[in-house]
Amino acid sequence: MNILKNKWISNVLLWLFVIVIWQIGAAIYGPDVIPGPLATLLSASELIADGSLLHYIGISFYRVFVGWVLGSLIAIPLGLIIGRVTIVRIFAEPFLNFIRFIPPIAFITLFLVWFGIGEQSKIALILYATLFIVIMNTLTGVLAVEEDKIRAARSLGASEWQILIHVVIPATVPYMFTGVRLAMGTSYMAIIGAEMIAANEGLGYLIWNSRLFFRTDWIFVGLISLGLIGFCTDRLVGLFGKKVLYRYGIISSEPIRR
Amino acid sequence: MSLAIPAHAQEQTITIANLNKSYDQAAKGELHYILKDVNITIKGGEFFVLLGPSGCGKSTLLNMIAGFVSKTEGQLKVGKQEVHKPGQDRAVVFQQADASLFPWLNVRENVEFGLKMKKVNKTKRQEISKYYIELVGLKGHERKYPRELSGGMKQRVQLARVLANDSSILLMDEPFGALDAMTRRTMQKELSHIWRQTGKTVIFVTHDIQEAVLLGQRIGIMSRGPNSKVTDIYDIPFQYPRDPGQPEFIKLEKAIQAHFDHEYSI
Repeated sequence: MNILKNKWISNVLLWLFVIVIWQIGAAIYGPDVIPGPLATLLSASELIADGSLLHYIGISFYRVFVGWVLGSLIAIPLGLIIGRVTIVRIFAEPFLNFIRFIPPIAFITLFLVWFGIGEQSKIALILYATLFIVIMNTLTGVLAVEEDKIRAARSLGASEWQILIHVVIPATVPYMFTGVRLAMGTSYMAIIGAEMIAANEGLGYLIWNSRLFFRTDWIFVGLISLGLIGFCTDRLVGLFGKKVLYRYGIISSEPIRR
Repeated sequence: MSLAIPAHAQEQTITIANLNKSYDQAAKGELHYILKDVNITIKGGEFFVLLGPSGCGKSTLLNMIAGFVSKTEGQLKVGKQEVHKPGQDRAVVFQQADASLFPWLNVRENVEFGLKMKKVNKTKRQEISKYYIELVGLKGHERKYPRELSGGMKQRVQLARVLANDSSILLMDEPFGALDAMTRRTMQKELSHIWRQTGKTVIFVTHDIQEAVLLGQRIGIMSRGPNSKVTDIYDIPFQYPRDPGQPEFIKLEKAIQAHFDHEYSI
């Protein structure tokens, strides 16, 4: 069984297994219910050929990326302030714990009314989806900084501002990173919802619109594309964490060899 | 760099008189004291050991001297200054190196932390950190991160970090408590050596009698809490470096042990 420990061999076997199960399902239920792997591949090449698939992937990714970056940039300083300033935390915490249970999808209609049917409302939605996850994680990180580190810095002569910059922020980096990475997942969920309801391009639109033509194969193409871009962006973010943020103790998600 | 004992070190007498500490709110009537009526005077340049059972408030007392914890009543002075906040004259070596070192900084950056906060320029910083890293025996490990070091090495980093910051008083809270016996012995020897070389005032908290007798010029014995205080002070007349196998050493160790046995038998 040693051969299975090779990452490449075990991964290829896993995907072969998935494709076989998929093919069996397709054979039993017929192409209208479950389009087979080959049919899906053909539709994908069809959608790639007319340019719509790559365009949809691009537009969905763009929306997620802009909203996610903006959301993180706003959330990190907010999380730091809420975590560091007790009086702000007393007011902010009940509010945070109230609003973070409202899923982004529930806001779609309101955001359309507030920000219009253009890109703004979608980006605002992603921003919202990112904001509270990153704030909560940053806040938790700030509160988890060991008292000894702050005491050590203080007795070494650091001012309160220096403690924030040189102790609290670096100690909180792993928490911020986890928040940002989780937010990426939530952002994809939110954008698909938004594109299903109010868009005429994007992967969510493709998946939703396919029902009008009963093209379940297009739905499959949309779902697989989503999985792929999600997987790729997560790997990229993970790689960034491992290479750039190593000193802050970011642990790679690569399986550990034992 | 010269190793002359700084003149100000001699003036930094630590005066603790009728010191009380309670964590209760003063408004709620009767106070329950952790420390009650603590009296000690520690001379500049002295190696003073606070010895007592777990939970007697030794760490609380040390944290009060450090300025992390405020006093309830009494007097606590370093030199002529009343202590009410942390200061660069008092450096702290914590028991848990993992909790107090900065894991995102390598050994050299950890050692230079205090200097960087004071905006000492880079060349000067490197000169100072190089000296103290060598002094604590970490030469060749400058670029390693704390997670790549053993427990003993991490405590060496803590020691170098406070020495580089040039505080005249070192407050050490069971710094070797979490180390294995062999490493602990080496660290004790080296600390004793560094103390003699640098002339710092050291207040060292421990519950290990042998460690206390090995290191201290004087040992303050603390009673069990609540209402604990320094009940006795032992002068340790032995020359450094000390040999824990000497009959006089063992005799003194036993005398102190008997002191605690007596207290516990009540």
